Amino acid sequence: MNYIEHIGKYFLMLVQVFKKPQKNRVFYEALMKEIEELGLKSLGIIIFISFFIGGVIALQTALNLDSPFIPDSLIGFAAKRSIILEFAPTFCSIILAGKVGSYITSSIGAMRVTEQIDALEVMGINAISYLVLPKVLSTVFFYPFLIILAMIMGIFGGWVTGVLSGLFTGADYIIGIQTTFDPFLITYAMIKTLVFAFLIATVPSYHGYYVKGGSIAVGKASTQAVVWTIILIVLANYFLTQMLLT
Amino acid sequence: MIEVKNLHKGFGDVKVLKGITTTFHPGKTSLIIGQSGSGKTVFLKSLIGLHIPEEGTISFDGMINTKVTNEEKRQWRQEVGMVFQGSALFDSQTVAENVMFPLKMFTNQSQSEMLDRVNFALNRVHLKNSNKKLPAELSGGMQKRVAIARAIVMNPKYLFCDEPNSGLDPQTAIVIDNLIQEITDEFNITTVINTHDMNSVMEIGEKIIFLKDGRKAWEGSSNEIFKTDNEAVVNFVYSSNLFKKVREAYLKETK
Repeated sequence: MNYIEHIGKYFLMLVQVFKKPQKNRVFYEALMKEIEELGLKSLGIIIFISFFIGGVIALQTALNLDSPFIPDSLIGFAAKRSIILEFAPTFCSIILAGKVGSYITSSIGAMRVTEQIDALEVMGINAISYLVLPKVLSTVFFYPFLIILAMIMGIFGGWVTGVLSGLFTGADYIIGIQTTFDPFLITYAMIKTLVFAFLIATVPSYHGYYVKGGSIAVGKASTQAVVWTIILIVLANYFLTQMLLT
Repeated sequence: MIEVKNLHKGFGDVKVLKGITTTFHPGKTSLIIGQSGSGKTVFLKSLIGLHIPEEGTISFDGMINTKVTNEEKRQWRQEVGMVFQGSALFDSQTVAENVMFPLKMFTNQSQSEMLDRVNFALNRVHLKNSNKKLPAELSGGMQKRVAIARAIVMNPKYLFCDEPNSGLDPQTAIVIDNLIQEITDEFNITTVINTHDMNSVMEIGEKIIFLKDGRKAWEGSSNEIFKTDNEAVVNFVYSSNLFKKVREAYLKETK
């Protein structure tokens, strides 16, 4: 199947996704379950990675700005900018594409190859909407909170690094963080997060829903889904940055 | 009653079903048999609406399922129960949740009303004390019973089963066969079973349709299948020595 056909099929799937849920009670239960699976269960890895990457960013900045003419507060300023603009929204989304994307594709793909999706269709249920819409809404609504948490943990990690390594003081770092704060940067990061969250939910769902074959096909589809989600995140990141910041 | 007229279905250049015409009656268990690749599964999936026929019609008590509104189709689907080959139970849901699922989706019953109905369906398939188990914790035969309970929980008019005995030991297979037949009689359901199992053919085949290369090659009852001289049916059904001997004994007895 060529790329144009895949793109067409993906958008046709999206049309089905955004149909009204057949039963609000069932939809609400599915949404809560997905928030737990896709959001809450990602908290640990996001906190862990953000903290240490924030620390590394601060360390690298400190080591590369080793000049008496550059104030130490610039380390905090540069770390804050890197974390808010790129690390938290983009890097964390790529991590989530790997963790959550493979889960989505394998869970939907397994349902496809074991005829569970056929069972839904025989019952008269819009299987695409039933399976994908809760995932889309849970990622789109929950990931902004996750990314804000990643920003906070990243900046905190940078501060801890400074204090522990002695390369810069905590006070200088905080001055840097407070210097020329532009709220639009948060808006920019949130816009990116929403787009990435949408991609993380829909691209793996597409790969899982249309998988053909058995368990090996599901494994291959999971890999493809993660690769394509990351490619689309990187492309979307470039175009959004071009549109919003230049 | 289900009436199938001149049903054709293909995928690309491959023609799978080539003009099948038949009827399935309420309160009767009808079996579709045939070699692998003869079109049994495509026929069954066309009956339940998972495949759209290229030509011909399938009518359910006069309603042609390809010529109805979406709402009518949704209503019709609630009258259909399906038991899939691999049971197709939802992995993440318990037995009770699996059986309750159609009720949750299509009725406004309270939790206690739904639970009563779930317990009724599970008792009907002789499955007790398994409500809280996950499908992975059940044997193949128990999974089939849960699938049957889920299929009948909405009081369907039509029940379709895709190889309900596959992967089961002979004793459990007979239990499942008998269960399907009891339910068919009790609720006056139109039941269509796609099977390879010759025991089922002999035991519960009130009507048997033999498919060969996408065409209906023979149709009759389990008694008639003993007497038929249709070469394709004889070669398929009596391919094992055991069934050859059973047939010879039957013919001797009825002479």
